[in-house]
Amino acid sequence: MQFRHKIAGGDFAKAGNAAISVKKVLSQLNINHTIAKKIVIALYEGEVNVVAHAWSGIVDVEIDENQIRILITDKGPGIEDIEQAMKEGYSTASPQVREMGFGAGLGLSNMRKNSDFMNITSIPGEGTVVELINNFRPDAG
Amino acid sequence: MQDKGQNRDFHHALAVDNDLCIGCTHCMTACPTQAIRVRNGKASIIVNRCVDCGECYKACPVSAITVEQDDLEMIFKFPVRVILIPSVLIGQFPKKIMTTSIYRALKDIGFTHVFEVENSVDMVLDATRQFMHEKKERPMISAYCPAIVRLIQVKYPSLIDNIIKVNPPIDMSANYYREKLKASGYPDDQIGLFYATPCAAKIAAVKSPVGEIKSAVTGVININFLYNRILNYLNRKYTETDPPETDDLLTSRGILWSLTRGEVAHSYGRSLAIDGIRNVNEFLDNLENEKLDNVDFLELRACDESCAGGILISGNRFLTVERLRNRAEEYKAREDDKVRKITESFFDINEFGFLGNIEPRPIARLDEDMSAALKKMERKRRLMCFLPGFDCAACGAPDCETLADDIVRGDAQISHCIFMQQQMVKQNLLSPAHAAKITGKIWGNERLEKNCNKIGAEDENI
Repeated sequence: MQFRHKIAGGDFAKAGNAAISVKKVLSQLNINHTIAKKIVIALYEGEVNVVAHAWSGIVDVEIDENQIRILITDKGPGIEDIEQAMKEGYSTASPQVREMGFGAGLGLSNMRKNSDFMNITSIPGEGTVVELINNFRPDAG
Repeated sequence: MQDKGQNRDFHHALAVDNDLCIGCTHCMTACPTQAIRVRNGKASIIVNRCVDCGECYKACPVSAITVEQDDLEMIFKFPVRVILIPSVLIGQFPKKIMTTSIYRALKDIGFTHVFEVENSVDMVLDATRQFMHEKKERPMISAYCPAIVRLIQVKYPSLIDNIIKVNPPIDMSANYYREKLKASGYPDDQIGLFYATPCAAKIAAVKSPVGEIKSAVTGVININFLYNRILNYLNRKYTETDPPETDDLLTSRGILWSLTRGEVAHSYGRSLAIDGIRNVNEFLDNLENEKLDNVDFLELRACDESCAGGILISGNRFLTVERLRNRAEEYKAREDDKVRKITESFFDINEFGFLGNIEPRPIARLDEDMSAALKKMERKRRLMCFLPGFDCAACGAPDCETLADDIVRGDAQISHCIFMQQQMVKQNLLSPAHAAKITGKIWGNERLEKNCNKIGAEDENI
């Protein structure tokens, strides 16, 4: 099953909507709630990243019996140094964004912690693609 | 209509009176857990989804939702008859009526002992602090409101570990007072403890307790019924010469406990209070997302203005709140802020103060089996492309998405949607006669015949 969500850059009120809808789907699919919770946290962080840094984004969700694969694709400034961006506490968020309680520099590391696989590709000046995969069965892959 | 593999013995205090039900959509669309459908022209409650919050009771235009309660006569089976009254009962009466007069009226009605539910609030506070100290989950959610505990069981099972497993004041008081009476020589089977309840959820909780084997409460009396009886007695001369036996452990904390922010006022750390089940729903949706950092304690109540807005309370909830605040001020003037520790030898808080395991009862899943659920989910999403999406409820389900869920679970057909029906008739997939039959099955066959006996029609009051 596949579905997608749009993310508008700068609209913090709507950050998390994709996560809410994925959560609903996972509960209807009877996915263990500990696993579902990790997925939802990772996606929520991803949404916040797009809202805080990029101009616009798309969340593509693909679910089969074994796993969920989420692709967050944004048009935005991109990430110059992915390794540095992954470090806890590192953030390029603007003072305005920090004032709203975001931009603590934990987004990407939280996403990695809450996913079984994460891959980031980015072209500075164009945008970023984050791929997240979570397995539904703890013993699989 | 029931999910497989779930507890079917789930007791509910709310039921539909088929003689009164006119088969409208008010209760169905008001229900926060989509637990109502209309079939054969009557509302029917899906037991596994209902949390006894009472939104349907409030929404029903013809009072067809009934609340189960015990007959007052039942109390006379017990030589010792205790009435456990919540402070909101006292809050129903204007200030000029003395609490002692209310107590004496309760004696005349037939109770031998009066114990105010919130007498045990300091015990609850003590146990809560102990529990929160030992647990690392945050935020912790109070188990005070039984409708909220049930809402979490069915809709937010991932939050069950966040519930503070401490008995709420009613159960703490029932346990405490039963033990106290036993310690003073009354045999257990001669003690009847009756709770004057402001809500349906508490009735359900007494009849089928969550996290307890058996409730210490013997029976429940509708608070509105009791209120009317007390009013009757207040205008008479007391026949009983002595006031009932009682025990006063009440504090200003206790008096305000059942109101919104009553718990938050005494919790540790960052705490929030939310009342109204829709507000709670919205909040818990966000909580499962981890959108809230550093919140330690949540006071969640199903009713607007908490227990003052209980469905069985007939008085104005805002006036009730005002009266209780005034009563609390009087107590505050003569007490200190210290939470009292219970030291009586007959009552061990570790034995009586805590709840056991709370089971998840998830209702969202389309199928137990994940791959079957995935197929149903795909089908549901396809169906949603065709259903009109304006949630008219004419199919007998509260909204299009719930109809789609029902269809893939095998509990409804796509032809239940009157717009799909039109399409099917147009394409010769369904005869007009068959379509009428389907609609008749949902709304009752006489539904479209002339009937002036409805609100706004010629004979509306007859």
